Amino acid sequence: MFDHVDLTKLIFGRLTLEAIPYQEPILQITFAMVALGGLTVFALMTWFRAWGPFWRDWVTSIDHKKIGIMYIVLALVMLLRGFADALMMRAQQAMSFGDQAGFLPPHHYDQIFTAHGVIMIFFVAMPLVTGLMNFVVPLQIGARDVAFPFLNNFSFWMTTCGAMLTMASLFVGEFARTGWLAYPPLSGIAASPDVGVDYYIWSLQIAGVGTLLSGINLIATIVKMRAPGMTMMRMPVFTWTALCTNVLIVAAFPVLTAVLGLLSLDRYFGTAFFSNDLGGNAMMYVNLIWIWGHPEVYILVLPVFGIFSEIVSTFSSKRLFGYSSMVYATVVITLLSYLVWLHHFFTMGSGASVNSFFGITTMIISIPTGAKIFNWLFTMYRGRIRFEVPMLWTIGFMITFVIGGMTGVLLAVPSADFVLHNSLFLIAHFHNVIIGGVVFGCFAGITYWFPKAFGYKLDAFWGKCAFWFWFIGFYFAFMPLYVLGLMGVTRRLSHFEDPTLQIWFVIAAIGAGLIALGIGSFLIGMVVSYRNREALRDLTGDPWGGRTLEWSTSSPPPAYNFAFTPRVHDTDAWADMKAAGYVRPLTGFVPIHMPKNTAAGFLISVLSAVFGFAAIWHMWLIAGLSFVTLLAAAIIHTFNYARDYYIPADEVVSTENERTRLLGTQG
Amino acid sequence: MKFHQNALRTLLMALPLALAGCNTIVMNPAGDIAAQQGHLIVVSTLLMMLIIVPVIGLTLWFAWRYRASNTEATYTPDWDHSTQLELLIWGAPLLIIIALGLVTWISTHTLDPYRPLRRLDAQRPLTADVQPIDVEVVALDWKWLFIYPEQGIATVNELAAPVDRPIRFHITASTVMNSFYIPALAGQIYAMPGMQTTLNAVINHTGEFEGLSANYSGAGFSNMRFKFHALSDAGFTQWVTTAKASPLALERANYLELEKPSVKAPLVRYGTVAHDLFAAVVDRCVDTTHMCASQMMAIDEAGGLGRGGVRGVSTQDSSTEQNRLLARPYVKAEVCAPRRQPIAN
Repeated sequence: MFDHVDLTKLIFGRLTLEAIPYQEPILQITFAMVALGGLTVFALMTWFRAWGPFWRDWVTSIDHKKIGIMYIVLALVMLLRGFADALMMRAQQAMSFGDQAGFLPPHHYDQIFTAHGVIMIFFVAMPLVTGLMNFVVPLQIGARDVAFPFLNNFSFWMTTCGAMLTMASLFVGEFARTGWLAYPPLSGIAASPDVGVDYYIWSLQIAGVGTLLSGINLIATIVKMRAPGMTMMRMPVFTWTALCTNVLIVAAFPVLTAVLGLLSLDRYFGTAFFSNDLGGNAMMYVNLIWIWGHPEVYILVLPVFGIFSEIVSTFSSKRLFGYSSMVYATVVITLLSYLVWLHHFFTMGSGASVNSFFGITTMIISIPTGAKIFNWLFTMYRGRIRFEVPMLWTIGFMITFVIGGMTGVLLAVPSADFVLHNSLFLIAHFHNVIIGGVVFGCFAGITYWFPKAFGYKLDAFWGKCAFWFWFIGFYFAFMPLYVLGLMGVTRRLSHFEDPTLQIWFVIAAIGAGLIALGIGSFLIGMVVSYRNREALRDLTGDPWGGRTLEWSTSSPPPAYNFAFTPRVHDTDAWADMKAAGYVRPLTGFVPIHMPKNTAAGFLISVLSAVFGFAAIWHMWLIAGLSFVTLLAAAIIHTFNYARDYYIPADEVVSTENERTRLLGTQG
Repeated sequence: MKFHQNALRTLLMALPLALAGCNTIVMNPAGDIAAQQGHLIVVSTLLMMLIIVPVIGLTLWFAWRYRASNTEATYTPDWDHSTQLELLIWGAPLLIIIALGLVTWISTHTLDPYRPLRRLDAQRPLTADVQPIDVEVVALDWKWLFIYPEQGIATVNELAAPVDRPIRFHITASTVMNSFYIPALAGQIYAMPGMQTTLNAVINHTGEFEGLSANYSGAGFSNMRFKFHALSDAGFTQWVTTAKASPLALERANYLELEKPSVKAPLVRYGTVAHDLFAAVVDRCVDTTHMCASQMMAIDEAGGLGRGGVRGVSTQDSSTEQNRLLARPYVKAEVCAPRRQPIAN
């Protein structure tokens, strides 16, 4: 029976040298740049002997603040990749008219738009919001870490390994050519027999585990670890939105895991869940993926609503208008987000009553969303508005987002959707809400909490440049797409015949160029701020006149966040403490119980990535080995009882004394 | 009054047109269904403008008025609640959504693609005796097949229809999902393998219009376009006659050839067409060695074949690049051949 086992096949599966696309010039250049960048980082880290600290302080860290920062770094790195895809698409569409075929053949172009969507949603937007929640939520509720610190580290590395697997598809094999949701039958084994869809499946499955666990973690944290006195209705709005988002994650992501699991069964074992024949039905996939996919939109946007709530009230120097109506609006959106998924496929023939139902539920969501916008508006009303960078993003958001909301409600009218579905109007709409909402919000949040994380503010000039380039660039890039949609132009086309369309694509490409300048300004701003960090230093811990608990501790906060757990008497706990003449305690410090770093999360995640890679390439030997090792590692980790330690009282005293000294220099 | 309505309508229609400055076919189509859909976009947009415009205006105004440097403006740092305002900010969007919800419910039913037409356009209701012309549409990789069952003809990548006569499309696909969309005629509807969708529409002006697949379907997708000719009655009759004169016949065998993936397929007209072809495509048994989906379902409904069913599964030859896309496991047709011997006796 074992006579015919082909050892090469057992080890390498279907991976051959041909899978490396060395004949593609674009990929050659990319690879050269990545290799060069990688080598430089490697050399610098070695030169500065940074590997040890990197491993001890970051890779194995279970500190929620560091994990939050790492999530955001991951998101920014992946943003560069996802945006490079966007630039290539814009360039291709601006030049591929009539006889001109552009520079991307369909085989390559189709991978690019798929990768762009997958990366921007799963590996940019998700890590951005998860990172901000991770960093901010424990600080806002007066906790010292999340409920399950190890799980937090593990979640981060699973997400990162999923992202790395997607990146690997650039240089080994190829990515899916199916669109970002990989509808079968196109993603089935008959139409996509190569590794692209398998990369898609395993990247998302591995990252999905991370997202789900981080969701459970943050729910437990928010429900169980709030400071005494912080009742549910005294939680900061950002924490409320984080809670709702994580409830959505925990309820929605298992559906994604299941539907991708079924697709894998179809592809690997020849089952017929979504095939055309043998009783399969591809529409079941469409149904399931959108039952995850629509809540996913709110998973991204709810925390961002929370960020804007914090910022608008801080920079208007005023209490948030309508706190309880804000909370109820969030909860209503959470519930309604499960009742609208069918609006993504009105055009598949569901019938008028079903379509009307889902169209109207979709519109109903705009009521609580509208209420939120009004609440921010009336927070500004009779305030003292400081136009710092986070506030600029917020006002940019309020203007941009309502336009996106309007086109969204338009798309929710089924009969209008029949002409706008799959059109560039739709593309313009969701970029309108995702850029105008999620991206603006995350940049606002990063700028707002940056001093808390690093102890100095971001440079305002480059921050303003980033905002204006993004803001204007967005309108240049996507307003032409609205127009093109009304001209009957649909999405995912790599070539056009009608030359009158070209001008609109050229304008859109210019817009993408402006956004590139925005991203550039943001990165330059980081470097400039780092160099000017002494001038931008925040010694008070409260650089903006904040209102919530994270501003009551130092910037950056000590490992234990709060020497004494604060007591909360009002919604804006820190504003209330300041108003009540709060005096920082200077004595009576006790040892603090903290979780201990561990490498287990990193190792198990790397093993998962190896397993995923092996499964993609049908390397069954390695897949088997890595899976067994992975299980073993997880089990062995459960026997690790050395999970906590005490920060000695002396150390707390010296940390707090240092803060006292710094506060003293402020006068 | 009439004048005012017309003037208003022209103004409304001109709004998006002015925005685009050129051929916005979605807002200015030649078919009644698409026209109503375009009109709906305008109505819904205007309804929402009622709230969007004030919000944007107020945002800018408040941002300016309550800037920190303007110390003359009132500052109430602890003011955070007003029942009247709360009622307004929940109530106003609610009222608009109630209005829009009504519009949605009505328009979704009247413009349901499955619903037979009731009118040719705003002025002309449809009399009961007018029979729609049937067109069967198959989305192939990566081209469109149109079958005219009444006329007994078929075409690839060319569609024609007489103006002011209702058209009833029956739509399916061979391997992957596509979406059948002629912006000038009516909204799109998906073309899905093993399933049949329906679209009722009418074209009101003669002309040549673009048709396309709106749903990404693989490598040849960008070129999956066709011309839709809206012809006069006489023109259509002549077009049919020309097609009928074609010596080509579309039978099961050459459908299986046609079905293989190809990009930028040339226009083809078939003078005759197998009458049961479309039904066989939907039933996924154009290849007579494959068991039809309907038979399979009937067997399953009767309790299934148990393990015997597995023995009937076979796989097509997938050695060549072209066959690869079509390779799929299937149930052999002979599985349901009648038993040679009766079970009892």
